[in-house]
Amino acid sequence: MSSTDISINEDVHHAHEEHDHHHDQNFFEKYIFSQDHKTIGKQFLITGIFWAFVGGFLSILFRLQLGWPEATFTFLEPILGGWIENGKLNPEFYLALVTMHGTIMVFFVLTAGLSGTFFNFLIPLQIGARDMASGFMNMLSYWFFFLASVILFTSLFLETGPAAGGWTVYPPLSALPEALAGSGSGMTLWLIAMALFIVSQLLGGVNYITTVINLRTKGMSMTKMPLTIWAFFLTAILGLLAFPVLFSAALLLIFDRSFGTSFFLSDIYIGGQALAHSGGSPILFQHLFWFLGHPEVYIVIMPAFGIVSEVITTNSRKPIFGYRAMIGSLMGIALLSFVVWAHHMFVSGMNPFLGSVFMFLTLIIAVPSAVKVFNWLATLWRANIRFTSAMMFAIGFVSLFISGGLTGIILGNSSLDIQLHDTYFVVAHFHLVMGAAAFFGMFCGVYHWFPKMFGRMMDEKLGFVHFWLTFVSVYLVFMPMHYLGIAGFPRRYYTWTGFEAFNVFTDMNTFISIAAILGFSAQFIFLFNFVYSIFKGRRATANPWHANTLEWTTPVLPGHGNWPGEIPAVYRWPYDYSKPGAAEDFIPQTVPFSETQSSNLPQEKDFE
Amino acid sequence: MVARSFDENKSTTGIHPLKFSLWLIIISIIMMFAAFTSAYIVRREEGNWLEFDLPSILLINTVVIVLSSVTMQLAHNSAKSNNLQTLKLMLLLTLGLGIAFLVGQWYGWSELVHNNVYFGGSTSNPAGSFLYVLTGVHGFHIITGLIFVLIVLMSSMKYKVHSKNMLRIQLCTIYWHFLGGLWLYLYIFLRLNH
Ligand code: HEM
Ligand SMILES: [Cu+2]
Repeated sequence: MSSTDISINEDVHHAHEEHDHHHDQNFFEKYIFSQDHKTIGKQFLITGIFWAFVGGFLSILFRLQLGWPEATFTFLEPILGGWIENGKLNPEFYLALVTMHGTIMVFFVLTAGLSGTFFNFLIPLQIGARDMASGFMNMLSYWFFFLASVILFTSLFLETGPAAGGWTVYPPLSALPEALAGSGSGMTLWLIAMALFIVSQLLGGVNYITTVINLRTKGMSMTKMPLTIWAFFLTAILGLLAFPVLFSAALLLIFDRSFGTSFFLSDIYIGGQALAHSGGSPILFQHLFWFLGHPEVYIVIMPAFGIVSEVITTNSRKPIFGYRAMIGSLMGIALLSFVVWAHHMFVSGMNPFLGSVFMFLTLIIAVPSAVKVFNWLATLWRANIRFTSAMMFAIGFVSLFISGGLTGIILGNSSLDIQLHDTYFVVAHFHLVMGAAAFFGMFCGVYHWFPKMFGRMMDEKLGFVHFWLTFVSVYLVFMPMHYLGIAGFPRRYYTWTGFEAFNVFTDMNTFISIAAILGFSAQFIFLFNFVYSIFKGRRATANPWHANTLEWTTPVLPGHGNWPGEIPAVYRWPYDYSKPGAAEDFIPQTVPFSETQSSNLPQEKDFE
Repeated sequence: MVARSFDENKSTTGIHPLKFSLWLIIISIIMMFAAFTSAYIVRREEGNWLEFDLPSILLINTVVIVLSSVTMQLAHNSAKSNNLQTLKLMLLLTLGLGIAFLVGQWYGWSELVHNNVYFGGSTSNPAGSFLYVLTGVHGFHIITGLIFVLIVLMSSMKYKVHSKNMLRIQLCTIYWHFLGGLWLYLYIFLRLNH
């Protein structure tokens, strides 16, 4: 957070020493406390995959409860112990499951796992740098994340259970230790983990921005950068601006919890007794939280935008449609994401006029979002598509983003949101547009860059099966939820059988749960493919996808310092695919115009 | 620690990457305080707000921290002109003034307690709690700044800070001026909103 004194020795290591033959690094320096951006990226990836399975498993547990509300779950006793009472899931533990599922997925998988992996791995490789601006800060960023992970994971095993007030940790549930079992030590550990997590994000973010701005190779102007880097860069800026605000909110919450202040608490009675806290405002917390929270959802999705743009254009063998419009829309989304937060609070009793302002701003976001979708579709239009696993996930991403984005426009209308707020409609919306879509972006990235990470290819057939099972089950799970939501079915309810109106949905809930189990099981295909391919996969070539960006000009397994010789210079944008007159259907960024006279456009003749 | 060489990757902007990083860290600190002060305003608008007088010592503290910025700048300038004796003296003065500021803030807190304005507890009001949080979190950053000054002071003892090795003291000066500026902002903000 503050003045860590990072010193850089400018004089050590000459260029030719920085690669392959690095015998002087021991195991710890190489694989554990590594400062190499590629290793740090893989550390984030593996931790992220671990968390994804934990988060997914928790969701299967609460889907069991929702799908079979009358069943007894004695078979879960060996895993859950005291949380199963007479075969019934403890209601407060149900809330804890939902909370931890949300926290883990949003922050630990789709923020740290996704950004941490691809920003670290790709930024230096794609802009032509030997490493991040500060390898040390980068390493710290991972280890802060690791520490946060350990603490959050520990909280799962507390006797009183982990935090249970929802991933948005609204007070008073999160502020009063007596509110829920999980509001005690579970919530304390949640806050500590989150504080460490924010420090990790800030350290990482500072590094990403500095690296993109300062360490680009010769010729790599901002407008020659791949869209991946643009997306990562803007995401890092969002994080740098939004996470400190969450830190402030968390700090005030900590004071309310442990130091008797009343920032967010007022007029609370427990068992007829008034609490000492007075004068606070719980709505204030919502404002602070969503000021981070809304940019956060774009922090999750924008890296996927970048990855998908890159993979779609590479496998369409066509230049990306509207490169500048893509950058412009990213900027528009980034900017707008800071002025729409109150659409999560339409029913908090806020001034209806203010609600209209936020509604207007919210609906404007649909414009840049649509620009992106049209550009992806236009890139795919009449292309010679290569259906690699990565490409399938990229196209799946576009589909999910459209389906989920449309319901965003419905929710953005403050009057419609009165009916839909806190129902399964919202759950369906954000799982399609953020949860599933960002996961697809992540899979897309892993399948695509796996050869550069591990020097081997993932199995395409397994990838194909993984894709279809995942794609189908995502829709089977979340499409029906829209209907539940429109009928008013509330989210975060442990049991709904007591409500006459919702009993007709028993079959639908069972159906959703079966689809969820199917989807979760399909992820083990991915896990197997991932682990198996690291050791036994087909060996990759240096540029297996015939792509243009700089990372593919490195050796099959780039060493420390990335390029054995000099860092290549860049002459053109990254999207010269299928250029008329060119010898091959791709021209890497490192090829000067003087070597491609037959394909140069009139305005490029000047650069020959 | 594996060193990274920048000679090939000449910084594209001409700014040293660490200096750039420092600016980014400063931005994130600004966002933290922006959150606190806007929360303050929003909460104040809602009423039920205890009005009380700011501790009078805050004005003196403000003068102290401005002075410390001056000495920090002088230290920077003497490093640039290789006046190593003045450099050490000025750094020492900065350190002293910084500590004096912290002590002054502490007195401010006791003055508040004396006037029955508490941080927490049943008689506290967010109005008071916010004041403690703003000064406290700022004070925490002052401590990090002082540690930084101390580090620069120690390396100046080893003759490692001079006109050819300015990076450290430059970073330190930027950070220290920022912390001073931040306090000025907070002080004016509190004056206006009291
Ligand atoms: C067309 C663009 C979008 C619009 C107009 C929109 C609008 C909304 C609105 C109004 C809500 C609040 C619903 C309620 O709680 O009653 C909401 C919830 C949510 N949206 Fe969106 N959204 C859009 C796109 C996105 C994207 C791209 C993401 C993430 C990548 C996202 C993630 C979320 C999440 C996570 C929530 C629920 C948070 C919670 O209550 O737990 N939305 N959206
Ligand atoms: Cu939102």
